[in-house]
Amino acid sequence: MPDLGKYADTVLSAYAASLLLLALLLVVTLWRGARVRSELKSVEKRIRGNG
Amino acid sequence: MSIWEYANPKKFLHTSERVLPSLWVASAALIVGGLIWGFFFTPDDYRQGSTVKIIYLHVPAALMAINAWFMMLLASLIWVIRRHHVSALAAKAAAPVGIIMTLIALITGAIWGQPMWGTWWAWDPRLTSFLVLFLFYLGYIALWEAIDNPDTAADLTSILCLVGSVFAVLSRYAVNFWNQGLHQGASLSLDKEENVADVFAFPLYTCMAGFILFFIALVLYRTGTEIRARRMKALIARERMSDA
Repeated sequence: MPDLGKYADTVLSAYAASLLLLALLLVVTLWRGARVRSELKSVEKRIRGNG
Repeated sequence: MSIWEYANPKKFLHTSERVLPSLWVASAALIVGGLIWGFFFTPDDYRQGSTVKIIYLHVPAALMAINAWFMMLLASLIWVIRRHHVSALAAKAAAPVGIIMTLIALITGAIWGQPMWGTWWAWDPRLTSFLVLFLFYLGYIALWEAIDNPDTAADLTSILCLVGSVFAVLSRYAVNFWNQGLHQGASLSLDKEENVADVFAFPLYTCMAGFILFFIALVLYRTGTEIRARRMKALIARERMSDA
């Protein structure tokens, strides 16, 4: 860990906020993608089953 | 081969699924590598101390906040002119990514500004135009959600995107236009005198490349999700019609 001196809180809070937002964006994107994919599969299966 | 082939949703999905794994890996490697390089292996700035390390997140996020809007503008113009649904969905998919980038730029800017300027916020031209850009992103996302008919939503959001482009340009060039306020000029410039030192610039370029690839990966993935969601809606509507 580098010595951040008197600005340690400033630098670490900027990194924490940014990385949290980036992680949130990625997780929400992948979660919604997976959900839509599985819902589409079940709709296609149902429609094929109904002929 | 023409770029318009990708207006075909099937072709778009097929190609994006092929390139996405490499994009995820490359963007993660560049972002993690650039941040480790910048955070652990660069010196403090003689004036700003260790706060200079915020540059590796603040500048790439600001770059993508502005360029995401330009990408949305381009996609919206393609929609308006050629009526390709994939381009309208790509613009819609990019907006949440752009708003998060804008938020990161605003938050890191405020955190950085407090010890350097003595204030979290000032009505400086660049800061203000960035805040307005953030509000445009909010309005754009809200407009997509507020309108049921997807073609009408794409038309109206395209117009909003065109208007908001003024603020995307202002966010980039406000400092040059007004030549006043707290925010300094560009950190990276073709003019060597204005540029940050190489020791900061190289990890910064790495982070910027990572953010660009991350943006592309997110937009491709999210556009695929939007295409599938649109297909699902169409299938359900067709099923209901045949049941009735």
